[in-house]
Amino acid sequence: MGTTNSTLSKIPNVEELMQETGFTPAHIVRLYDRFEALDKEKTGLLRPQDFGAINRLAMNPIGDRIIGAFFSPGQETVDFHSFVRILAHFRPADKKRPKDPSMPEPVNSRTSKLKFAFQLYDQDKDGKISRAELLQVLRSMLEMQVTEEQLESIADRTIQEADLDKDDAISFEEFRKSLEKVNIDHKMSIRFLR
Amino acid sequence: MPALWRSTFVLVMVLLAISRPSLASQPTGNGTEHTITTLPIVIWKWEGIKFPYLVALWILVSWLCKLVFQLNPGLTRVIPESGLLICIGWVLGGIIYGADKVQTFRLQPFTFFFYLLPQIVLDAGYSMPNKLFFGNLGAILVYAVIGTCWNAATLGLALWGCWLGGAMGNIDTGLLQLLLFGSLIAAVDPVAVIAVFEEVHVNEVLYILVFGESLLNDGVTVVLFNVFDAFVSLGGGQIDAVEIIKGIISFFVVAVGGSLVGVVFALLISLLTRCTKNIQIIEPGFIFVLGYLSYLTAEMLSLSAILSCTFCGVCCQKYINANMDERSVSTVRYTMKVFANGSETIIFVFLGISAIDPSLWVWNTAFILLTLLFIFVFRFIGVFLLTWILNQYRLVPLDFIDQLVMGYGGLRGAVAYGLVLLLDENKFKEKTLMVSTTLIVVYFTVMLQGITMKPLVTWLKVKRAAVTERTLAEKIQNRTFDHMLVAIEDISGQIGDNYMRDKWNNFEERWLYWLLMTPIARKSCDPIFNIFHNLNIKDATSYVNEGERRGSLAFVRNESKADVDFNKKFGDDLSEMRPYIMTENMGPDHVPVSSILRDSVPSVCLDMHEQDLKMRESEDFDAHHLLQQHLYKGRKQHRHKYSRKQLEVNEDEHEVQEIFQRTMRSRLESFKSAKMGVAPPKISKHLKKDQPQKMPNGKSTDNSKSHTYGDEDFEFSEGDSASGCEAAGGSFPMRAYRGAGIVNPAFMAEMDTMDPMPPMQQIPSWLAEAEVDSSTVVPSQRAQLRLPWTPSNLRRLAPLRLSTHSNDSFVLADSPATQEGISELPPPPPPKDGQDQGTHK
Repeated sequence: MGTTNSTLSKIPNVEELMQETGFTPAHIVRLYDRFEALDKEKTGLLRPQDFGAINRLAMNPIGDRIIGAFFSPGQETVDFHSFVRILAHFRPADKKRPKDPSMPEPVNSRTSKLKFAFQLYDQDKDGKISRAELLQVLRSMLEMQVTEEQLESIADRTIQEADLDKDDAISFEEFRKSLEKVNIDHKMSIRFLR
Repeated sequence: MPALWRSTFVLVMVLLAISRPSLASQPTGNGTEHTITTLPIVIWKWEGIKFPYLVALWILVSWLCKLVFQLNPGLTRVIPESGLLICIGWVLGGIIYGADKVQTFRLQPFTFFFYLLPQIVLDAGYSMPNKLFFGNLGAILVYAVIGTCWNAATLGLALWGCWLGGAMGNIDTGLLQLLLFGSLIAAVDPVAVIAVFEEVHVNEVLYILVFGESLLNDGVTVVLFNVFDAFVSLGGGQIDAVEIIKGIISFFVVAVGGSLVGVVFALLISLLTRCTKNIQIIEPGFIFVLGYLSYLTAEMLSLSAILSCTFCGVCCQKYINANMDERSVSTVRYTMKVFANGSETIIFVFLGISAIDPSLWVWNTAFILLTLLFIFVFRFIGVFLLTWILNQYRLVPLDFIDQLVMGYGGLRGAVAYGLVLLLDENKFKEKTLMVSTTLIVVYFTVMLQGITMKPLVTWLKVKRAAVTERTLAEKIQNRTFDHMLVAIEDISGQIGDNYMRDKWNNFEERWLYWLLMTPIARKSCDPIFNIFHNLNIKDATSYVNEGERRGSLAFVRNESKADVDFNKKFGDDLSEMRPYIMTENMGPDHVPVSSILRDSVPSVCLDMHEQDLKMRESEDFDAHHLLQQHLYKGRKQHRHKYSRKQLEVNEDEHEVQEIFQRTMRSRLESFKSAKMGVAPPKISKHLKKDQPQKMPNGKSTDNSKSHTYGDEDFEFSEGDSASGCEAAGGSFPMRAYRGAGIVNPAFMAEMDTMDPMPPMQQIPSWLAEAEVDSSTVVPSQRAQLRLPWTPSNLRRLAPLRLSTHSNDSFVLADSPATQEGISELPPPPPPKDGQDQGTHK
């Protein structure tokens, strides 16, 4: 317990962070250790290269996009607080905690989980997944197995399925509608750091 | 209801008619052979044929019982089928007993374990939802192994306690024997459970847990049974710590060893189906024979046969489904179901019949009631205990109601009965009591719990299975989620389930696919692509159905407009000439053909010249190819030929399909022009395919309820290079006949598309005419109303047609001959290869 406290004391505003993300002190400490391990230069900030150094991430077809999701637009670095906030998207939703209406929506709610997934597609941040954006993701995930033409027709079809207002792009609302039946909480949660 | 009893009665009469002579004919049977005085024209040969005849008759009777129930749907809604079958078994058994005064027919353990059980287990394994199963494997194993041991131990110990306390009066038993009894009755029966759970449609996690548990714990219970059986044989005095440890080791060796045997056989099956392309007719047979052999082999090695068969089915399904022809897959699927369902029915009927036999029954109220109580109570305690432990580790904890249903779903079944019959009467004095108790337990759980299960599930509001239509968006998104979770685990630096799954997937893709799948199957095994393909097929079918329903899908044999699916066409006519390397080598890059034209190589040049020639004499060619394509073959004699090796002797099938394709095509064409009111865009447009062409199509308030999207961007094939492909493809046969060399249709097609020459020359007659036609068509309201299907659907259809040079499996599978054709041809000159790759995307 001693080490936990000493680590916690190093992090500014740790109470607030825990309140906001719902992580326990043990989680925060684990994540802090991980953060420091990634932060090779000990600057207290992570750069994209630091993420790129994770070997297995390089083999992930959408690894780049995930790394990108850690950095808010225009920023080159991410600090510990933002790091934890991003990871908190993947905490399973907790039923036991009473819902406090005065609080803002927790970061691991269904909507914010979906928003996270949505922005992985929406690289130009215009609030819509265009055909080209979808095609990029598909291309990276299907790679060599399918021909370009098939890829395009898959993309077309996918957009048609979801596209309700016929603007040939998927907005966030449409995105949410198309995944209505999917249990997002199961699909987008990690059994975190037990 | 009267119908039910009447048919039952008829069945029974038939039965009696058979069983009576069997007894009566014995004395006379021998006589006939010796005393032949004259040549008999017909003789009564019942004796020789008796056994197989009875077997076949019993199968028939059992299945007819099932048929009878299905005539009364109201009945099956209340009482599960398994319960009904047992009831009818009672009735049948009663009649037989009444007639014979002795129970002639009984379920023999040997028959059960070697002829009835294997196919059920194999089917369960084969149709197991793999991803769910392996995703929950940990929980399933905990329930199956620890849960079963818990059930066996607690029941045995509790009964022993009561026996010591004198609750059961004076029966000759002991701790070991009671433990043995506990172990044989511990297992939840997959047959009974699935029969009930499938009807109530519980949510998939609960379903897989119960299903997986019941399947695996059968294996476990048999192993436990064998261990305790050995202990009983040894006798109480002989058992020391060493023997107990040996027992535990043997338990694991038998269970794990059995599973391994299954995996080995799964590998064998997968490898075998890699090379059964040429014997498609018996291809499905291999699955059954090897599956059965996996069962027998494990049994021979005294390993767990049930586990072996289960894992064989679970592991091989993915690879054999990919390797085998689609038709073989459905054959396997249906045959498996026929066998499994059939033997399930037989088992339940015989469970009923066996009961009607006074020699089987010894009543000991305390023992039977206590057993029932303990089974029920300890099942619940075990489920709650184990779930509590599991929930500490599960991402999605099982809630209380799920646990209740799991506990209540502890139906016992035929495996317990089969095992109890195996008991040795010499060692086991109270065998009859055990048998009757087992029967009571089976009846009680199957009937009472089975009947109350459905109301309970409704009452408790258990999460039901959501009936989902899998969409592409969902599939893609699921894939993204998987990758995302892996990435996040990597970033947060933990090794979790997703990491393991990712590792396994990589390993599988890298090695197992390479080892176990045919190269073609490997290409098409991507799930996203598969679902895409399936959706397209579904659309095509519904389009045709809808068209037929409205009576507007008549066969229009308009020659000038008609078109042909040339993949099919080539498959028929040019199989020996078509080099299929093309589709294999299609790279993602797209090199303009003109550049290749410049540095073209002699062998290709020949084709090129011919192509030019062809351009100039296009009318001539058109005429020729019209004849080639549109002269239907007359009906051939061999249509009625019978062949053992080949189902598809009927070549006209292709023609029918061709006609179908053609009709579809011209339909689509005319709908489009009618709908749009504009001429189809020029062919020269096809290079710009990144922007979907938006067609102004007025108020398309179509009446298709389900498809409300995508009306505007109705885009037909001219938006893609496929039309160019078709253009060339149409006249291709001609070219091929003239040029003796290897001609690559797909390559040619691409050439046409990209050819810098004026487009009009390449436009095939049908398309050219279509343009003229449609420009004159006035888009009337009526035309719009009469559209049998909406453009949005046509568009959804389009991709299927577009990817004419796709490498998806069914195209390839349709033309196995081409594969062989390749090997017979001289290898194509290397530069051509290069071009193939370059030209093709």
